[in-house]
Amino acid sequence: MRFVARRLGLFLLTLWAALTINFLIPRLMPGNEATAVLSHFRGVNPAALHALQVEFGVNANENVLLSYVQYLGNCLTGQFGLDAARVPVMNVILQGLPWTLALVGVTTVIAFVAGTLLGVVGAWRRGGSLDSILSPLLFILTTFPVFFIALLLLFAFGVILGWFPLSSNYSLGATPSLSLDFAWDVLSHAVLPGVTLVVATAGGWIYTMRNNMVTTLEEDYVKMARAKGLSSWRIMFDYSARNAILPNLTGFAMQLGFVLGGSILVEYTFSYPGLGYLFFTGTTNHDLPLQEALFLFYTLAVLVCVLVADFATAWLDPRTRDA
Amino acid sequence: MPALLEVRGLSVDYLTDAGDVRAVDRVDLEVAAGEFLAIVGESGCGKSTLLFAIAQLLSPPAELAAGSVTFAGRDMVTLGERELRHVRWRDYSVVMQSAMNALNPMKSIEAQFADTMRAHARLTAEAIHQRAAEVLRLVGIDPIHLASYPHQLSGGMRQRAMIAMALLFTPQLVIMDEPTSALDVVAQRALMSQIKELQQRLGFAVVFVTHDMSLVSHYSDRLVVMYAGQIAEAAPTARLFERPLHPYSRGLLDAFPSIRGPRRLLTGIPGSPPDLARPPSGCRFQPRCPVALPECSVRDPELRAVDGADVRCLLYPAPAVPVVPAVPVAEHRA
Amino acid sequence: MTVPLSRPIAAPSAGAARGYRDAGARLGRAILRNRKATIGLGLLVVITFVALFPGMIAPDDPQAAIYGQQLGPSADHLLGTTQVGEDVFSQLIWGTRLTLIITVAVGALTTLISVLVGVTAAYVGGVADRSLSLLTDIFLIIPTLPLLIVLSSYLEGSGTMAIIAVLVVTGWAFGARQLRAQGLTLRTRAYLEAARVRGETSAYIILVEILPNMISLVVASFLGSAVYTVATAAGLQFLGLGNGSEMTWGTMLHFAQQNGAIESGNALWALAPGAAVALLGTSFALLNYAFDEIGNPALRRTRRRRASAA
Repeated sequence: MRFVARRLGLFLLTLWAALTINFLIPRLMPGNEATAVLSHFRGVNPAALHALQVEFGVNANENVLLSYVQYLGNCLTGQFGLDAARVPVMNVILQGLPWTLALVGVTTVIAFVAGTLLGVVGAWRRGGSLDSILSPLLFILTTFPVFFIALLLLFAFGVILGWFPLSSNYSLGATPSLSLDFAWDVLSHAVLPGVTLVVATAGGWIYTMRNNMVTTLEEDYVKMARAKGLSSWRIMFDYSARNAILPNLTGFAMQLGFVLGGSILVEYTFSYPGLGYLFFTGTTNHDLPLQEALFLFYTLAVLVCVLVADFATAWLDPRTRDA
Repeated sequence: MPALLEVRGLSVDYLTDAGDVRAVDRVDLEVAAGEFLAIVGESGCGKSTLLFAIAQLLSPPAELAAGSVTFAGRDMVTLGERELRHVRWRDYSVVMQSAMNALNPMKSIEAQFADTMRAHARLTAEAIHQRAAEVLRLVGIDPIHLASYPHQLSGGMRQRAMIAMALLFTPQLVIMDEPTSALDVVAQRALMSQIKELQQRLGFAVVFVTHDMSLVSHYSDRLVVMYAGQIAEAAPTARLFERPLHPYSRGLLDAFPSIRGPRRLLTGIPGSPPDLARPPSGCRFQPRCPVALPECSVRDPELRAVDGADVRCLLYPAPAVPVVPAVPVAEHRA
Repeated sequence: MTVPLSRPIAAPSAGAARGYRDAGARLGRAILRNRKATIGLGLLVVITFVALFPGMIAPDDPQAAIYGQQLGPSADHLLGTTQVGEDVFSQLIWGTRLTLIITVAVGALTTLISVLVGVTAAYVGGVADRSLSLLTDIFLIIPTLPLLIVLSSYLEGSGTMAIIAVLVVTGWAFGARQLRAQGLTLRTRAYLEAARVRGETSAYIILVEILPNMISLVVASFLGSAVYTVATAAGLQFLGLGNGSEMTWGTMLHFAQQNGAIESGNALWALAPGAAVALLGTSFALLNYAFDEIGNPALRRTRRRRASAA
């Protein structure tokens, strides 16, 4: 129980920290910057301008504590203000959310499963054919920046081979429907971004899994399993992989922040209108309320995953169950 | 009667970047059915490596360089992994040093017993449970602990659980690598008596590796003393304690105080074991030997049978056999 | 056989200096023996050379928009030209310096902060440790790119210093955690107890006994940070959050993407800086992996002897 309380506590604390950072940023930034940003909003009537000033924290008359409390309340009720086009930020986010969820969700699962399996097998047959091909390939994959992989795939499969569309999530002029045609359209638009994300992130899973397997395989209980005459498959999965994955579930979840960052770049490269692309348009439009809200959403996503991973680890490891 | 386990010329090398290190050098061993053989020696003398080599459990960078391990008539070195698996645990089993490390921390005791049984025989869940409870009772553990995880048991119980696991198929040979080192003195004695009692009851042979000579002296039938990867002396236990032949064995025995008997000055063996990457020329013990002869640093002694024991020492040369030269020596030079 | 207890103990500073020198020699040999390390180091040397002497390789002014627009690669323009007629190859060469400066600066600063936070937390312990660890954990969990985007948006137009600052703010946490973990394991070792019993001060213990053992981790921390920085800085600039008037590989990528380089047949404009970023990142990563292997022998390639007679 204490474990649950501690984990929830960290979750809430980090969430609060993110909210506070968001609140403090405009107020801590050198004054000229915020004003310069505001200068982009020309031709706005004075009352609206004043409201914007308050929003951006440039209002010299504000009561900081009061604003802070108001701000927290607003965030918790989903009122993130209005974006550059005077549309409620929450609505904009909700539009882009499903696309990003689908893209990132599916690719993460695929990358994790494939990466773990390859890491396990690679470590099992250390120095074998799979491992020798995999290791140098992995160096390349894990160190290539996500956007480079995206550009390469875009160039190779989109432009040269023309197999896949170059941008967006469905073709221009197509109306969303539950038809097979539309589904196919969406799928073909998701392949390049999806493959990019899988390729970029699987490398990390493979590398950590392989190294953890190597360490686990040195353990005495693996030697014991061999001595007992258990089959290779059973030793590999039941005794080694299972034990090797566990300490890393939380680490995997924390890498999610990196995956989400990558998804932003991928969405930008392919003009895929998910939350990441909104980040980019927010930058062009100097749309700070939108960006801040997005930042909070991304942070929340990572926090939830870390929490789930922590609980999963504790539940699966008999040693912590008793603690 | 042919020996149950016969090791001939066994050598094990560790392949390192700086060259190969011979950790076990041409070891010859025999274990008869039901016999309790103890292998003693300092840390680093190669006894654990020897044990793993016998059990076919070597892993890189250790590699079997030469020799044969014949168990019940079959040379295990030549067996493939699949055939070996049939022999493992049913005919011989292994007990490791630290049960906390040798037992899978994520699986319950029963689960670990069960997957062993399922790997070798088709049994019903009920039969598996019965057998698991039975072996636990054999070592004095309440079967209620089948559902426990390793970290929930005490050190002594864990070791006994490992021994119970080793007896699942009542093998002919149980190989033990310092199973008592992780326990306190009282638990050590208790475990040893239990092992001996089980051995007498079920009739399996034991190969027991330890650095504590006094511990095994009451229980072993024969004692093998290892030094720097080689066998220094091998003899029936009582015989070795009464009349140790090798200067190293003598040194080891002199280092133990006796509770009874006159008080005497304890002597250690000065120096430390050689670096096996660069073993000394001639006899490996020679740099520390109190009675070394000049030729000891030149000639590498062979293991020889002397008075019912096997010794590797130039103090006991082979009996002189008259050699009749086929051709007078002088004529060779012509 | 007794050992005289009054053996003179070597002066600590001399011993430490010797320790540093020995470690350095051992390290040098290990690097040369490791293939990954040599390749990585080689790449890094080449890139540094390009950064230091760009004029020798590409004498053209990278920002001179005097050539034909969107030209493909040719003998005159190895990588073609941009939308406004600048030579891509020149831009790539001249952009190296700033890219490298940003990488090294961020790497050094984050490592410095990581060491300060990590070692202090490990050695001082108590409340300081708990608060520092909490701070580290918070910064670890918060996703970096979103935070970077928000920070950069506010600092838009402030140039290179801004990018360095935000990258340091988001990047110090990882190293801090690792250094603290290692600091904790080192803290309880017997030789530290011996130093304490000898009467050495805390500062001495940290500098002379602990830090040398952590050097490998500090170096690994710097290298890891460099890998992170190369890709992240480029990513930020790619999104348009860099300073458009400063020439780096990232800003090149931004303009290339904005002008649809890949779609309109001028792919090299985008792929070349992308490849350069990848290469720089790879060189640091190779060095990092090599350090991993040098430090953890279990990860090294195992030798297999040719099958001999049974």
